[in-house]
Amino acid sequence: MDETRITGMPPVEETAVPGADEIVLNMGPQHPSTHGVLRVKLRLDGEKIEGSECFIGYLHRGVEKIAEHRTYQQFAPYVDRMDYVAAVSNGLGYCEAVEKLLGAEAPPRARVVRTILTELQRIASHLLWLGTHALDIGALTPVFYCLREREEILKIFEKYCGARLTTHAFRIGGLQYETYDGFEHDVKRFCVDFASKVDEYEQLLTGNRIWVGRTKGIGLLNSEQAIALGVTGPPLRASGVKWDIRKAMPYAAYDQYEFEIPTGKNGDTYDRYLVRMEEMRQSRRICLQAIENIPSGPIMAKVGKVLKPPPGEVYHAIEAPKGEIGYYVVSDGTTQPYRVRVRPPSFINLQALDTMVRGHLVADVVAIIGTLDIVLGEVDR
Amino acid sequence: MGNEILFYFFAGLAVLSGALVVTMRNVVHSAIFLITALLATAGLYLTLNAEFLFAVQIILYVGGIMVLFVFVIMLVNLDVALHQVQFNRQSWVAGLLSVALLAELLAALALARNSVSGSQLLPAPRLAAPGGGNTEEIGRLLFHNYVIPFEIASILLLVALVGAVVMGKKRI
Amino acid sequence: MQGVLDFLLKYWVQLVDALVIVGVFPLLAGYVVLLERKVMADMQARLGPMRVGPHGLLQPLADAVKLMIKEDIIPESADRLIFWLAPVLSVTAAMLAFAAIAVGPGFLIADMNIGLLFILAISSMGIFGIVLGGWASNSHYSLLGALRSAAQLVSYEVAVGMAMVAGLLLAGTLSMKDIVLAQADRGVWFVFVAPIAFVIYLIGSVAETNRAPFDMPEAESELVAGYMTEYSGFRWALYFLAEYANMVVVGSVATTLFLGGWLRPFPSVAWLNFLDVVPPLVMLGVTGYCFYRVPRQTGKDQSFIMLIFAGICLLITLPLALVLAPVPQLAALKPGIHGAFWFIAKVMLYVYVFLWARFTFPRYRFDQLMRLGWHYLIPLSIVNVMAVATAVLLKENGVNPFVAFGGTALATVLVAMWLVRAGQAREQEAAAARAEQSA
Repeated sequence: MDETRITGMPPVEETAVPGADEIVLNMGPQHPSTHGVLRVKLRLDGEKIEGSECFIGYLHRGVEKIAEHRTYQQFAPYVDRMDYVAAVSNGLGYCEAVEKLLGAEAPPRARVVRTILTELQRIASHLLWLGTHALDIGALTPVFYCLREREEILKIFEKYCGARLTTHAFRIGGLQYETYDGFEHDVKRFCVDFASKVDEYEQLLTGNRIWVGRTKGIGLLNSEQAIALGVTGPPLRASGVKWDIRKAMPYAAYDQYEFEIPTGKNGDTYDRYLVRMEEMRQSRRICLQAIENIPSGPIMAKVGKVLKPPPGEVYHAIEAPKGEIGYYVVSDGTTQPYRVRVRPPSFINLQALDTMVRGHLVADVVAIIGTLDIVLGEVDR
Repeated sequence: MGNEILFYFFAGLAVLSGALVVTMRNVVHSAIFLITALLATAGLYLTLNAEFLFAVQIILYVGGIMVLFVFVIMLVNLDVALHQVQFNRQSWVAGLLSVALLAELLAALALARNSVSGSQLLPAPRLAAPGGGNTEEIGRLLFHNYVIPFEIASILLLVALVGAVVMGKKRI
Repeated sequence: MQGVLDFLLKYWVQLVDALVIVGVFPLLAGYVVLLERKVMADMQARLGPMRVGPHGLLQPLADAVKLMIKEDIIPESADRLIFWLAPVLSVTAAMLAFAAIAVGPGFLIADMNIGLLFILAISSMGIFGIVLGGWASNSHYSLLGALRSAAQLVSYEVAVGMAMVAGLLLAGTLSMKDIVLAQADRGVWFVFVAPIAFVIYLIGSVAETNRAPFDMPEAESELVAGYMTEYSGFRWALYFLAEYANMVVVGSVATTLFLGGWLRPFPSVAWLNFLDVVPPLVMLGVTGYCFYRVPRQTGKDQSFIMLIFAGICLLITLPLALVLAPVPQLAALKPGIHGAFWFIAKVMLYVYVFLWARFTFPRYRFDQLMRLGWHYLIPLSIVNVMAVATAVLLKENGVNPFVAFGGTALATVLVAMWLVRAGQAREQEAAAARAEQSA
């Protein structure tokens, strides 16, 4: 197979009658491990997978169409519901995109607080990923430990903006809420406790023979394939490509802090696991640096109550926990955008499923879907 | 007295199960009754104080061979068997021959009981050495008197095992 | 009629024991389930069942009632006879195995001279419960799960059997009671003489009972629940009970064969006789703690139930303490009653290791599981049998037992290391071949 071409398997019904040993297995849309309503059709030769096809759209809610009929500020809460596991990042991307259209810039204090909350959200998203991924592979315990840590982060979010999951934490132009009393203390305490927790998870999984056996060499994606398929985020970095938008095209306050971009070598599930674990540590590092000196000042830029950006278009991408989330916003001069197109990382990463799954066994599909860290809300919008 | 009751119970169960094996339409039901027949045989061993044979019969026949049978039955399309005719036109010939065989066996048994020369047909069983159970006795026989045939049988089984693996693998 | 009466008079103890087991068996399995849930919760930083009864102690009763009153759903195209038969087979096999287990020198139903072989035979019958259950559900997934489960059980039975043979070489008899008496004679538990056999037995028995990390056939994220998918209500309860009872049976066999059965630690060392005080002390501690917690429960009825529980613990403590009295009639009962305590304690320890393993390790993929069994455990167990036989032979010919057993154990470990090295080399080759193929 020529791996630099992006070809999916042709739709299953159109191929010739499957060979004598081939069967078609349907996974989902209701399945305990597809992380949402995802349907995967697998073409099997015995137990080995010859090809796969994903059927999505079960969670399509027409978010992008809704955007055309809401004002810019009214649309902001909708954005949280796409990747509902990491709502804060979605909000950051959208607010910054519209700020670019307006030509405005959030004040320094807002940028730093945004960075802290986004990095906390990255840790929370990776924690949920780790818990559910381990659960799919059969380790029943890490999910509880991860959720325990995630709970602390969600408490911080709740104290800050009143919501745990769909936070709508940011506004176009900055922040609505000032940080609460004790914000720095909470974040610092979390970051200090978190270091030992990450080590705890690593102790449970990283050297474990069974874990390594289930994840090493599974779901291979080399760097050419990753780039050709448009994969971004931890899967791209685990394949060896050192690309992180926080370093390449810094936004918010990322250019002020020191952190590393972990990369992997082989592009298998084990490398993606290691990359995300290290990312959690680096996020913690960013939070600790940021919390040391949050600049004082206003939290909202002067953008006015009614937002009417000049006609034009902008594409702004940020590094969400799942990959590159991009917002292509077209304004026609009115209070409602003409078009908001979202580039969801999970949707594009899911395309790699077919490449990654070929040649493996059915039991590996669950591990591979888990390692891509997809959220169907984002895939379907 | 108790022994007789047990014998009739197990023997009757064996005969009944055997009959049901061949008359059941559903192949899996046949397999289950074959298991029952084998268990009844094991019970008969137990009534004869051959407890090792009882356990080994269950382990090997029921737990090994019947599992194999059931695996094959379940992996193969059964619908064909369900629609086949159970009894063909030659069943009366078969019946006649079975009755003849039964008559022969009964005659042989009667002879063995009553006449001296007949007693060579069914020699009296050798009693186990005092203080040894069935297991020890079999062990002693296998490893002292019959060790060469035992080893040859083991090698034969090993050859069969290796042969099956070689023929079954897709690539060596 | 007279014959029946004679039979009853002769065997009434065994009959009562059998009835007790049949009656207690669901309760026992239910409380093992509760134990698992509490241990699981403890390892997962939470509390587990707390509401039904103090600390969830009545949870098994609530579960039993719920399962019994649930609607009995039979799939439309299922084979009714076999659908009914399969869980019955599983449970019967599990219960029957209890007949051979010797909890104390007098506490056994049937002192068969082939006790161990009988248990092995009965566990191979239990396989049918799984296979037929998967088939009767008439569902692709269930059948696949059932066949895989059966294949796994059959494969690991070989390794487990070989490990048992290693233990048998040391004991010289198949009778469960005599195996423990042999350990009493030697003055050492067989786990110290043949540790590798114990480890192989431990791993194999985890696979035999379909427990994690070998529970792929019934894993939730794979084939939903495998062969149990279509069963609900009481039938599912039977399967569940059979699985947990199997765990206890396997633990009992391991305890009898390797951990000294009903013997207390160091039974023949006289200066350690003070250890005899441990059973009543432990139970006294438990009783005291229960009484202490009575007023601290969340409600009057919880406190009452806790009081009852504390009373039960007290009732257990009394015989344990009384048999320590220097009165000869009571002292004669000591091996039995204390033996039962030690036996149950060891079985619970073994079951705890099972639970610990379940919540720590991820799951093996099915082909990895089979590879572990066939490529590593079976060759190792065969080599172990040869090693133990050699050691026994050497010991009989006058070689120092430490040298004999230690040397052969070392040789087996070397073989194990070589097997692992060979396996890794093979896997590297396969990975290289796969990388070449996709490049």
